[in-house]
Amino acid sequence: MATAVVEVVMPQMGVSVSEGTVLKWLKQEGETIAADEPLLEISTDKVDTEVPSPGSGVVTQILVAEGETVAVGTTLAVIAAEGAGAAEPTPEPEPVAEPEPTPASAPAAAAAPPPAPTNGGAGERTFVSPVVSRIAAEHGIDVSGVPGTGTGGRVTKKDILVYIESGPPAPVPPPVAPPPEAPVAAPPPAPAPVAAAPPPPAAPAPAAPAAPVAPAAEGELVEPMTAMRRGIAEHMRRSLDTSAHVTTVFEVDMSKVVALREKLKPEYEKSYGVNPTYLAFIARATVDAIRDWPWVNAEIRGESFVAKQHINLGIAVALEGGKGLIVPVVKNAEGLNLLGIARAVADLAERSRNKKLLPDDVQGGTFTITNPGGWGAIVGTPIINQPQVAILDVEALVKRAVVIQDDRGKDVIAIRPMMNLCLSFDHRLVDGAYAAQFMKQLREQLENWGEENY
Amino acid sequence: MPELTYLQAISDGLRQEMRRDRRVFVIGQDVGVYGGAFKVTQGFQEEFGPWRVIDAPLSETAIVGGCTGAAIMGLRPVAEMQFADFVSCAWDHLVTVAAKQRYRAGTPVPIVVRLPSGGGFSGGPFHSQNPESFFAHVPGLKCVCPSTPEDAKGLLIAAIEDPNPVLFFEHKHLYRRIKGEVAEERYTVPIGKARLHREGDDVSVITWGAMVHTAAEAADLLEGEGISTEILDLRSVLPWDRDAVLASVRKTSKVLVLHEDTHTGGFGAEIAATIAEQAFEDLDGPVRRITAPDSPVPFSPPLEKAYIPQVEDVVTGVRELASY
Repeated sequence: MATAVVEVVMPQMGVSVSEGTVLKWLKQEGETIAADEPLLEISTDKVDTEVPSPGSGVVTQILVAEGETVAVGTTLAVIAAEGAGAAEPTPEPEPVAEPEPTPASAPAAAAAPPPAPTNGGAGERTFVSPVVSRIAAEHGIDVSGVPGTGTGGRVTKKDILVYIESGPPAPVPPPVAPPPEAPVAAPPPAPAPVAAAPPPPAAPAPAAPAAPVAPAAEGELVEPMTAMRRGIAEHMRRSLDTSAHVTTVFEVDMSKVVALREKLKPEYEKSYGVNPTYLAFIARATVDAIRDWPWVNAEIRGESFVAKQHINLGIAVALEGGKGLIVPVVKNAEGLNLLGIARAVADLAERSRNKKLLPDDVQGGTFTITNPGGWGAIVGTPIINQPQVAILDVEALVKRAVVIQDDRGKDVIAIRPMMNLCLSFDHRLVDGAYAAQFMKQLREQLENWGEENY
Repeated sequence: MPELTYLQAISDGLRQEMRRDRRVFVIGQDVGVYGGAFKVTQGFQEEFGPWRVIDAPLSETAIVGGCTGAAIMGLRPVAEMQFADFVSCAWDHLVTVAAKQRYRAGTPVPIVVRLPSGGGFSGGPFHSQNPESFFAHVPGLKCVCPSTPEDAKGLLIAAIEDPNPVLFFEHKHLYRRIKGEVAEERYTVPIGKARLHREGDDVSVITWGAMVHTAAEAADLLEGEGISTEILDLRSVLPWDRDAVLASVRKTSKVLVLHEDTHTGGFGAEIAATIAEQAFEDLDGPVRRITAPDSPVPFSPPLEKAYIPQVEDVVTGVRELASY
């Protein structure tokens, strides 16, 4: 039998990505898979994504365990074309008394058992229907642990409802508390680089994520670092080591923006399904200010300064549960009006949370905006996103008593919606005066936002 | 309440409306002296006279065209196609004129076209079709397909009352076969509201017209196997009751769409597509269709039986879905 074998390798998820972590195998050894059907989930420091199968057949070998990190191009699994026999590459200790079916003398061979129809061990419990998938997600259930009674052992809606009602059969590890507040400067994890242990011999038990876990003392919760977390850690440290960080803070009176937003909001939501967020206003004003102060939209390349003609705005998006941070990019923001930016930001935020970002979505940023103000922060000193030279931090909008001049030029105390904008910039390239002038223009634009000006 | 056949219920509803509203008249081939090919208007000409019960020439174009004009001028015509199959001759007047008139000129066109449809009695390719899907594609029309005597009367009166052109698909195979209690007084059944014909938990069968009864017989057999079948009678395919369909899908998560019309482009496809769009996350199996095959209706009784979905077909289909 000609065995077409396909190797699945760790894909290159973007130019600068050199490695990836196997998050989860969606198929186990012995299961059949169709071409393009998702085989596993991987995590790189850019994005988390699914890897589709490059061919159809039976997954004969899984070479990298869940939780392991390997270089791009490493073989992760082997798929043998259907009919090639699942046991083929695995040197099973017992070469089961299966006499080589010698050709000729046919009558005797007739007694041989019929060719097993690719009965890959655990059976073909592959398909999870949409409703089962939803119910499982809602209840945090791993479908592979639910006894199935449907076609081919599939878990039906009834099966999972019965399972929920009667509870899981065996004790499960206690639900872990929400994400640990992992201090970035944790002691270096014990060097336990799990020497690619041979995959467990086709144990049908649900594969527990093999992870290089440091021993936990009482009262501690240890979790392996994800690829994303390691990426963030490395990136932040490198930025502080590279740039001469300075932060300047500007107070902005947002009265006009608040009023205009109130006016636009119903129309935008009704006509376009988009919320004109404050972030969108600020991003729009930032783009305008950058046009006059281009060195905040630049990088240092070797001995040169490079100002960018295009403004690709990175928008920092926190993932839920402290699971990390991702900075998708609004490309060519200089060509977008307020609506266009609001729409682009909403789309990126949505896709960040749903893990639908493509590698290109997180590359090529020239200036970054971070927005912790939603949680009430009022001052911050953000770290620059290398190789950029500036990052704008949008703080909380709060009503404050401020001194303004009334119509007759008299000082009065007024209640105004105020917002702090903090700019961290790289003093190697941008001087304090330049940064302050950029910020002054940004503030003036926001404070004098005319209705026609969007 | 008196027990009436499906045919008597239609006749009863029509007579009541003609007595109540002098604007209502009927027109069609042999509806007058002869009382209609199926005797729906028997005795009508004696009671209402030849000016309100009009024997028309052999021209569906003239019948529907005349009705459209009369409706625009304020009357409430009820046309009878001798067989639904012949409505194709009136296509232009229905689709181009009647369906668009309100949109183009603002004038309501309150006509009803009665369409004796469906097979099951070896009528062959010209006398057995179910053309509701053609018209369900035309905005401006309404397509009603009652399955019970009670609905037949209530929906016919609602159709006459309706300011839009309504196509009333009455199934010939149900005429004398299906009986039920029908209120003597006038009542309407809202167009566009489905009816839960039978409640069940395992599989939803979405259907209308004669297939409601096929599904019901199948459900009885399946009950013996421990399979609980829900039957939703759409009652009209334009407008159709999406909410009721989606509610049933959410309940059972398995759906069989059943119709007597042919497969490709049949109205079942629209239902299946809507379910896929709007209730994808509630599905626990593929949406299945059981329909007639893509062929004209055969004359031969054994062939026709193989052609029209039968109780056994539905039993098999539901059983497969239940065990999926």
